[in-house]
Amino acid sequence: MSEQDAGTAEPVTGAQSLVRSLESAGVRDIFGIPGGAILPAYDPLFDSSIRHILVRHEQGAGHAAQGYAVATGGVGVCMATSGPGATNLVTPLADAHMDSVPIVAITGQVGASSIGTDAFQEADIRGITMPITKHNFLVTDPDEIPRTIAEAFYLASTGRPGPVLVDIAKSALQARTSFAWPGELVLPGYRPVTRPHSKQIREAARLVLEARRPVLYVGGGVIRARAAKELRVLAELTGMPVVTTLMARGAFPDSHPQHLGMPGMHGTVAAVAALQKSDLIISLGARFDDRVTGALDSFAPNARVIHADIDPAEIGKNRAVDVPIVGDAREVIADLVVALQAEQDAGNTGDYEGWVKFLAGVKGKYPLGYDSPAGGLAPQYVIERLGKISGPESIYVAGVGQHQMWATHFVGYENPNTWINSGGLGTMGFAVPAAMGAKVGKPDTTVWAIDGDGCFQMTNQELATCTIEGIPIKIAVINNSSLGMVRQWQTLFYEGRYSSTDLQRSGEQVRVPDFPKLAEAYGAVGLACDSADDVDATIKKAMEINDVPVVVDFRVHRDAMVWPMVAAGTSNDDIKYARDLAPEFDEDDL
Amino acid sequence: MSTELTVHTLSVLVENKPGVLARIAGLFSRRGYNIHSLAVGPTEHPEISRMTIVVDVEDSPLEQVTKQLNKLVEVIKIVELEPRDAVERELLLVKVRADTDTRGKVLDAVQLFRAKVVDVAPDAVTIEVTGNADKLTDFLRVMEPFGLRELVQSGMVAIGRGSRSITERTARPVAVPVPQPA
Repeated sequence: MSEQDAGTAEPVTGAQSLVRSLESAGVRDIFGIPGGAILPAYDPLFDSSIRHILVRHEQGAGHAAQGYAVATGGVGVCMATSGPGATNLVTPLADAHMDSVPIVAITGQVGASSIGTDAFQEADIRGITMPITKHNFLVTDPDEIPRTIAEAFYLASTGRPGPVLVDIAKSALQARTSFAWPGELVLPGYRPVTRPHSKQIREAARLVLEARRPVLYVGGGVIRARAAKELRVLAELTGMPVVTTLMARGAFPDSHPQHLGMPGMHGTVAAVAALQKSDLIISLGARFDDRVTGALDSFAPNARVIHADIDPAEIGKNRAVDVPIVGDAREVIADLVVALQAEQDAGNTGDYEGWVKFLAGVKGKYPLGYDSPAGGLAPQYVIERLGKISGPESIYVAGVGQHQMWATHFVGYENPNTWINSGGLGTMGFAVPAAMGAKVGKPDTTVWAIDGDGCFQMTNQELATCTIEGIPIKIAVINNSSLGMVRQWQTLFYEGRYSSTDLQRSGEQVRVPDFPKLAEAYGAVGLACDSADDVDATIKKAMEINDVPVVVDFRVHRDAMVWPMVAAGTSNDDIKYARDLAPEFDEDDL
Repeated sequence: MSTELTVHTLSVLVENKPGVLARIAGLFSRRGYNIHSLAVGPTEHPEISRMTIVVDVEDSPLEQVTKQLNKLVEVIKIVELEPRDAVERELLLVKVRADTDTRGKVLDAVQLFRAKVVDVAPDAVTIEVTGNADKLTDFLRVMEPFGLRELVQSGMVAIGRGSRSITERTARPVAVPVPQPA
C-alpha cells in the first residue's frame, strides 16, 4: 500500500473508514439489510451520500447488485450482516461468478476474538464463498479497510469481472483507525492480460481469410468489454455470420441481416447450423458452455477454432483451439479489424458467399415461430408484443425457465446491456430483484421483468422494496400455473408424468396466490390478461404507470413448449424445431 | 511413481496470507484434480510461501490445472519441475520392530540407505530417512520383514538444479494505480 496519503489520514472508526472507502470507490447505491455484526457500518452510512436501499431478503440485495452492474456497466454493491445474512448472499455470488458480473459484497462478521467459537450468527462466509467468488477477504485489522475495499473494486471490475466479498469483523468496524484512500495497489499474483498478442491476431486474420464457412460466436465477454460497436464493424467488414449466446443477446442487433440469433440447446436452427457446419469458429468472449455445444465430441466437427478470451483458463478448456488469443474482447476485435482491413486494402477478402446463402436459406426455412393455441394465450405472443410495444431501448430482465428462452428469442434486442438474465447458474427468482437493481442504475429507462409464476414466487417480496423506495419496475408474469420448463421435460422425456410441477391444485379455478391482489397488497398495480385480444391494451396500460411497480398476470396456455431444442446430452446435429421434427439442410449450396 | 507421465511436480509461489492453503485445496477438490502430495513452507522472502504440489493429471490436463491455479489472486507464480532437472526429497520417520536378534540387520540397512536412527527402545528403533520417492519405497520394502510399527511421511519438496532462482524476480511486484472516481 502506498502511504502517500498518510499525511492526510484522519482519525475515524473502522465503520467510518468503510463508508469513506465506499464513497472513494465511487459507490452511489447499496442494496442491503442491517444486522448485529454490520450494525456499526449503518451508522455512518446514515449520513453518507450513498443511497442505501433496504431490501426484504439478502438474496434480493445480491441479485439487485447484479442487475445494477449489468445495466450500468459498473460495479454493484450489496451489504449484509454475519451468519444468515451472509449465507443468503451465496446464491447471488455464485450467479455473479458464473456470469462474470462485477459485484462487491460487504458482510459483517462477529468480533475478531469470537471468530471460531461458534458465536451467535457466526458463519465462515469467506470459507463458504471461496469457490463462488473471484476473490474474498476477511478483515480483522481496521487499518486494512481502505486498501481492502480498493482491492475489492479493482478485482471485481478488471480482467474477467466477478464477485468479490469483503467480510469485516465487528471489532474492526468499532475500533479507532485512520482513513487514507490508497494511491496504488500491490497485487503480485493478479495481472490480467488485456492486450492481445499481435502474432496471434495475424494468425487469426489468416484463418478468417482462408475459411469458407466462418462464424462469429459471440459470448457475454463482448458485453462486459463494451465491444458491441467494434463487433459490428468486424462483422460488416467481413460479412461473416454472427451468433450471440444467451449472455450476449444485445451485443449485435437482432434486426441485422448477418445475425442468426442464439445458438445452443434452445437456439435457432440457423445459429445451431452455423456453428455445427462451420469450418472456422471465431469465439469472442464465449466459453463453449455445454448448453451451447451439446455433446462435445460431435460439436462443429469440421471447424477450426480461434478462441479469444480474457481468461486464459477458458481457452482450450472444453474445445481444442487452433489460435488462442488472451485479451480483452474490445481490444481483440479492434486489432482484428485493423488486421483484416489491411488485408482488404491489399485485395484479400474471404469468400463466404455460398455459406451466407446457405444460412440465409436455413434462416428463411426455419424461422423462430410458435403455435397460437385455439383456446388459450400463447406465452410467446405476449413476449413478442411486449418487445414491440416497449421497444429496444427498454431493459428486459428474465428469471429462469421457459419464459427466459422465449424472452431471449421474441423480445428483439438491439443494444448491449438491455438483456439481463441468469445464464450459467440458472437461478430461479433472479428477475424481480435484478430488475429492481437495473431500475436503480438506470432510473430513466423502462425496466421489464419477464418472469415465470414459479420464479416470481421465489423473490417477489422485493415488490415492497420497489414500492417503498420508488423503483417503478414492470413485471410480466408468464403464468402457466406450473414449473413450465420442468413440465416440458416431463412431457418429452418422462411420458407426461407431471411429478411436482403443478403450482395449482388440479382442477381448481381459483389461483393461489392471486397475483394482481398480491401486487396490490404490496402497493403495486396488479393487472391480468388471459386473451390475445387484450394483450396490447394491457401492456400499454402498464406502460402508462410510472410511479409504482406494475405486475401483469398473463395467464397463458400451459402446454406451450420451447422450440427449437437439442435434448440434453445429444448432438447439435439432432436439433428439433418442433416435437419430432428435424430440419433438413439443403447442403448443395455449400 | 514420479516417472509416470500423468504425475507432475509444481512449485507454486503464493502470498503468505491466511486461507491460501484452503483456497488451493478447495480448487483441487472442486475441479476434481488429484493431489499426490503437498508440502508448504516459508521462502527466503517472508511475504511469500512456497508449495510443492505433486499432482496426478490423468483426468484433466496439466494446462487446465495450472491455469486455474493462476487465476487465484494470491498465487504469484507456478513452475513445473522436471524430475531430471530438479532435486526432489521426502522425509520419512518410521518405527521398526527391532529386538536384540534383529537390531543388527536393521542397522545394516540403515547404513546402506544412509538413514539415521533417531530413537531407540528395547524392542524398536525409529529411523529418519530422506530421499526421493523411489528410495523411500525401496527402504520400506527392506524394512517391512522386520515389522513396521508406525510411519509418517512428508510431502515432497523440490528445487530446480543450477544457480537460477524462481523466487528472485517475484519479490518486486508491480503496483497498479487505484482508479479514482470521476
